[in-house]
Amino acid sequence: MIPTFIGITLLSFIIVHNAPGDPAELMAGGGLAAAGGAGISLQKRGAVDQALAEWRALYGLDKPLHVQYLIWLKNLARLDLGSSFKDSRSVWEKIRERLPVTMKLEFFSLLLVYAVALPLGVFSATHRNSIGDHVTTLAAFVLFAVPVIWAATMALVFICGGDFLYLFPPGGMTSIDYSLDWPLWERIKDQIWHLFLPVVLLSYAGFAGLSRYMRSSMLEVLRQDYVQVARAKGLAERVVVFKHAVRNSLIPQVTILAELLPGLIGGSVIIETVFSIPGMGQLGYEAFLARDYPVVLALLTITAVLTLIGILLSDILLAAVDPRIAFGRRAE
Amino acid sequence: MASPPPTVVAAPGVVVPAAAPERFEGQWGTIWRNLTRNPPALAGLYTIILLFIIAAGADFLANNKPYYMVYQGRNYFPLIRSGLVRFGLAKWQPELLNMDFKKVNAGRKVFPPIPHLASDIDLSAPFDSPSAEHWLGTDKLGRDVLAGLIHGSRISLSIGFVAVGIALVVGVALGALAGYFGSWVDLLISRVFEVMLTIPTFFLLIAIAAIFPPSIFLTMAIIGFTSWVGMARFTRSEFFKIRSLDYVTAALALGVSTRKIMFRHILPNALAPVLVSVVLGVAGAILTESSLSFLGIGVPLEAVTWGSILNEARSATFAWWLAVFPGAAIFITVLSYYLVGEGLRDALDPRLRGTR
Repeated sequence: MIPTFIGITLLSFIIVHNAPGDPAELMAGGGLAAAGGAGISLQKRGAVDQALAEWRALYGLDKPLHVQYLIWLKNLARLDLGSSFKDSRSVWEKIRERLPVTMKLEFFSLLLVYAVALPLGVFSATHRNSIGDHVTTLAAFVLFAVPVIWAATMALVFICGGDFLYLFPPGGMTSIDYSLDWPLWERIKDQIWHLFLPVVLLSYAGFAGLSRYMRSSMLEVLRQDYVQVARAKGLAERVVVFKHAVRNSLIPQVTILAELLPGLIGGSVIIETVFSIPGMGQLGYEAFLARDYPVVLALLTITAVLTLIGILLSDILLAAVDPRIAFGRRAE
Repeated sequence: MASPPPTVVAAPGVVVPAAAPERFEGQWGTIWRNLTRNPPALAGLYTIILLFIIAAGADFLANNKPYYMVYQGRNYFPLIRSGLVRFGLAKWQPELLNMDFKKVNAGRKVFPPIPHLASDIDLSAPFDSPSAEHWLGTDKLGRDVLAGLIHGSRISLSIGFVAVGIALVVGVALGALAGYFGSWVDLLISRVFEVMLTIPTFFLLIAIAAIFPPSIFLTMAIIGFTSWVGMARFTRSEFFKIRSLDYVTAALALGVSTRKIMFRHILPNALAPVLVSVVLGVAGAILTESSLSFLGIGVPLEAVTWGSILNEARSATFAWWLAVFPGAAIFITVLSYYLVGEGLRDALDPRLRGTR
């Protein structure tokens, strides 16, 4: 895990720092940068250059790249992610504001993915070749191909209060007049109303894909001898399916959790931009455009760490559902 | 090489089965036969071919210059000439220079089915809903949406192919090295796979695309360099499997060079499973490109792509045609590639049919 982490941060660091476009000039504002390019007197040019150099020294951009990376790593160990080039606020603080929003989106999306996909997959497999199976398989296949940018835009145009229906809010996480004085139920209702569309849009591709995986892994398990034995013993079909087959077919789905996460994080950039949700995706998009290195690096790192945690989590879950897998201890 | 006529010498009493003049169709022949017997995959394949025809013929389908025109009693072929001019093979007739072909008073004009270019700005007709003049409506600058879709198909399809080409070369090379040599080479390369899998690729992609100046070639390159892991893993496991087969051992014993074993003997047999991820990769690259241009990064601002037209619908929610049609174009393209990919998977291993 540590080498993977170093690899990711190093890669991000090199890419971000080799990008054309000097943050110092961008920072200095359009006026100064333009003045730097235009034919101003040599004297003034010197002053501009000096200001830029001072600014670079302030943020440590004048040091060689590997030194910068080591400094960055050292600060990271103290959870110091530096401060934003844009507004000099601590990056950690900026991210702390945004992280819960994105985590909320992602958590509910994952929940929805599994809550829809697993029962659907089991249904498809146990009713193999029935009309229901064909319909769900076809629907999942088609749904998987629907681009999220299209689905999001269509939702925005047709059901978010344009010229057509107004079923859901066109953006934001809460209503404008939302306040903590509202009764709890009203607050929850408002949250659900705002979260519903983003969560569905973020997860439909996931549950479409996962339900197909679940179906095939369930079919594989149902073909195995021990399922035949369970049936031969005279167990009820319900017990055979839910107690014996489902548990084993869940094993591969757990590992998919780790593969779902990067996709969800990428999707959140699109969803958060379309529905103006103040999450990490939106923060990242703005930081990328402004060449705010510390924020970009911090976001790439945090998303990578989140994904690594996801992998770890799926490993632990795997051990929980599959007793054959033990982490060293029960090796004898 | 001329093959000698087959001679069958039958021992008395032995019934020789009527020799069927069967041609050995080979691995790819089998795959092709299986694929063409799969109607959904075939439908996808035809759609992709149609899309390529549209992309190739974009200039003849949607153009603001007529095919043929009679002007002051003389015959002109402005569309063909514009093509020649672009390649430096001809010059415009002086009387046609800077002519507005739509407004000019000519005896006879034959326009392409869609008489607009994607970049034709008509400020008198912003946000026109679909009509006889603009079949799929216009955007905020009065640009024809259908013309934009037709010309945008070039960007989408070419990005899909170039990006996947890059990914294929990188992925197959790394996968082959890891699978063939094993040991520490494999360990090292597998670490790289792990990093590439863990990194939220789309996030990184946005970072790169937003930081560097927008260009189509850069977009192709970064999509290619971030999407090779799937192909590399397939290639690696195939090389692992094939490396220990007897025919490879035989080649080794004969003293065939490592390079030749890898490229001549193993690679052709390892490619078939990779093909599925190539086809799905094209779909992925098209999706990624349209998502990037939807966010307004990756391709130059003035370029009209499927994603950029869709993006306009966000700020003009009344113009439903800007949301419906470009998205449908992306959807149909992606779905077609998925159908072909799925068909290929079945064709490679017919036993799998219906299990996925």
